[in-house]
Amino acid sequence: MIIAVALDSAGPPAVRDFIRPASIELPPLMKDGMGWDDGFTSRAGVPQYPCLIDQKHIVGELYEFINVPMVVWIDEKGRVVRPAEPAGVAEDIVRAMDPKTYQVPKKATDEGKRLRRAYVDAIRDWVAKGDRSEFALAPEEARRRAGGPSDTDALATANFRLGEYLFEKGHRDDALKFFAEARRLRPDSWSFKRQTWELEHAGKAAGPEFFAEVGELGDKHYYAPLKMKGSAK
Amino acid sequence: MTMRNRNDEECDMATDIIYGGRVSEIDGAMAEGDNLWLSNASLKRASGWELKPEGACMGDMCIPIPPGRATEFVRDNRRGFNLAALARYLGQPVVHDDKNRAWYFGEAAATRRASLASLQAPDFELPDLDGKMHRLSDYCGKKVLLAAWASW
Repeated sequence: MIIAVALDSAGPPAVRDFIRPASIELPPLMKDGMGWDDGFTSRAGVPQYPCLIDQKHIVGELYEFINVPMVVWIDEKGRVVRPAEPAGVAEDIVRAMDPKTYQVPKKATDEGKRLRRAYVDAIRDWVAKGDRSEFALAPEEARRRAGGPSDTDALATANFRLGEYLFEKGHRDDALKFFAEARRLRPDSWSFKRQTWELEHAGKAAGPEFFAEVGELGDKHYYAPLKMKGSAK
Repeated sequence: MTMRNRNDEECDMATDIIYGGRVSEIDGAMAEGDNLWLSNASLKRASGWELKPEGACMGDMCIPIPPGRATEFVRDNRRGFNLAALARYLGQPVVHDDKNRAWYFGEAAATRRASLASLQAPDFELPDLDGKMHRLSDYCGKKVLLAAWASW
């Protein structure tokens, strides 16, 4: 069972075309950046699983989705067997991307495809074997990876939420101050950064500010490296 | 002295209080810096907390007012209660916008960490594109791959 949750403060209009596209032709970013291909998409078509819209980023807070795409595995008893992790994407795919054309070099594309396939294979293994799957984490390891927010992270979320409330009420300029504070307090949350930039003006989430911040990551990765058998280079 | 007598002009404006994800429009709330004073009735309406002889209570749980700190929490002969002080005491993040009279009370980081450490997937309810509501718990008994994405 897949449940897709769009973390989108702009609501249904922002995600409609992604869920029910007028055309199934993939944008180059999906083909090159995420390693998807036309065959995969034509098989998938319009999703038949629940595609939910999380305008307030509630699920983002509950599960620590600090970037997208991220995934959590939940077993039949409602137990988390893999906490939030990047879902089979190359950790530095964004760094490799051309900020103007969004083109990604073939080396990075190939790595994206390899990781996505490894991730899908791991999911299939878990679906078939359940807790016996080597990809289902032992509770101690799942707990260790789950981590959780610091007091400062929680304060960042509060700033984000109040900003979002003010934005919705039409107090745009006041909202932007709280958004800026949320970004300052939790710089590792690309969800906060990109969502608030996009609310500031459309396209900013993937614009020069975004790539400038990516360029300032230094030794850090854009996506945390996946800790999963078969994912290492 | 009653709450209304402190600052009638300020009390005439409603304050938006977001607590537990729920928005309440409260008349008569008094914001003083980082403190938010509410009548007992407003306290319960906005947050679910009630001031009782044993302390601030919600359901079966009561938080005694910390010894020696009563003036931070209660005033006006216990007719006014500082919700922000209680939230800070409980480790909840509190953010406010004085211009628009809006207060947000978040969940304590320790509570969230404990929830994550329990490994029990927290339930939620969200709409799909047609407005139909879905709860995670609707899918109990199935393996769930919860995937977050965004249009941005």
